[in-house]
Amino acid sequence: MELVVKGLTQAYGKTTVLDRLDLVTGDIRALVLVGPSGGGKTTLLRILAGLDLPIEGSVSFAGKTLPRDEPGLLAYRRHVGTVFQAYNLFPHLSALDNLTLPLVHVHGLSPAAALERVAEPLERFKLAEHAHKRPSQLSGGQKQRIAILRALATKPERLFLDEPTSALDPEMTAEVLEMIGELKDLGTRFVLVTHEMGFARRVADEVAFVGGGKVVASGPASTMFEKCPEPRVREFFARILP
Amino acid sequence: MARSQSGSPAHGNLDRMSRALAHTLVVAILAALLAVAFWRSGYEFQWEGVWAYRQKFVTGWLTTVAMSLASLVLSALVGLVTAVGLRSRWTLVEAAARVYVELIRGTPLLVQLLIGFYVVANAVGLENRYVVGALVLALFSGAYMAEIFRGGLAAIPAGQRDAARAIGLTPWQSLRLVILPQAIRLVLPAVAGQLVSLIKDSSLLSVIAVSEFTLAAQEVNSFTYSTLESYLPLAAGYLLLTLPLSALSRWLERSFAYEAG
Repeated sequence: MELVVKGLTQAYGKTTVLDRLDLVTGDIRALVLVGPSGGGKTTLLRILAGLDLPIEGSVSFAGKTLPRDEPGLLAYRRHVGTVFQAYNLFPHLSALDNLTLPLVHVHGLSPAAALERVAEPLERFKLAEHAHKRPSQLSGGQKQRIAILRALATKPERLFLDEPTSALDPEMTAEVLEMIGELKDLGTRFVLVTHEMGFARRVADEVAFVGGGKVVASGPASTMFEKCPEPRVREFFARILP
Repeated sequence: MARSQSGSPAHGNLDRMSRALAHTLVVAILAALLAVAFWRSGYEFQWEGVWAYRQKFVTGWLTTVAMSLASLVLSALVGLVTAVGLRSRWTLVEAAARVYVELIRGTPLLVQLLIGFYVVANAVGLENRYVVGALVLALFSGAYMAEIFRGGLAAIPAGQRDAARAIGLTPWQSLRLVILPQAIRLVLPAVAGQLVSLIKDSSLLSVIAVSEFTLAAQEVNSFTYSTLESYLPLAAGYLLLTLPLSALSRWLERSFAYEAG
């Protein structure tokens, strides 16, 4: 996915969250957004995922520009997947029904075909035995892995993951990161916001450092983590990397 | 959930038994106090006169049940539409819903019934007092239902709407498949409580001469001059409807309680 973001501006009330943000990536599989809290990572991701409309600016993936109207964005969202920090599973449905709901009601599969579609991934990620539980009966790590499968079941062009492990303890974090790593190996393209720098370094093709509503620096993971010319980025990594 | 997880089933049974015992005790004390009060008032009960009119009570009670049920269904619809209106992005729709709710909740049902029947229904040529009564009662209760539903809709976390949009549901699908099923579980106990109020409020239909339960008691009283003998069955008849509803409401609250996932 070649991502081109030009002059992206977003504000809530009088607070400017994104300030004419520019970002260009190569034709990569995994882009990781890092940076300080409140710097605009999540806001950027929500716009990329077609959940929010920016005040100004444009986004294009592989030459295709994101629509600027709600019907267009709805159609766009049906071809991508989004995973949230708080999982946002539907608590009144079983894990299985969470997975099949978009397949049946958005993508027109028959209930039987939907079940067949999700059976293999449930097995592969060792979630089949939990498929009939309600979200409240699942651990945080299980919830997030179900949420990732829900986003993947529709075979999206790419995934957007917004701090998928921030609400999890270290053990569950490892379990979710392992899944994301496996998905990358399977060829899934994604944009990930995370504070897990070790994982970011391992999985990212490119890293963008977002702070103060702008991309402070971006480039291949090795460059960004080891010899970034931007002092702000170097200081940030120096503080949080062991 | 917490309730079913805490303690063994046997413990739960004991809990329930001691609660039933406590209820019985309170009812017994109240009954004793009432009996003493009646005895000291020197009131002499004469049930024969009232007994002759028992059919009137039965018909009135059934009318109350029918009017309440009709109003309940209508008021749930009115309440749902109004609740969505209260949350509308369109200022005019929001304003209309808000004015309706505040007007209804801020004025007595008595006035609404009189204006509804003698002015509005008259103007549009609606003569059936049962239809008018059910409509006014539904509009009255609908305003309260609207606030209950609005609260239920507002209690669904924003993340649920986000997730619904992210998987590509249309706004209508999101409401139908994600928001409403959760909101309805949240508001069911309050709706059952509102139904209890609705049943009691239906007694005011007597002012537009709907032959419901309360009017039956009033008429029997005027025929027999046995006031308490006419009105005590009235209280019992309403309790017969409202107590099971309260129990149902508590049961719904327990069985639909699940932790947000």
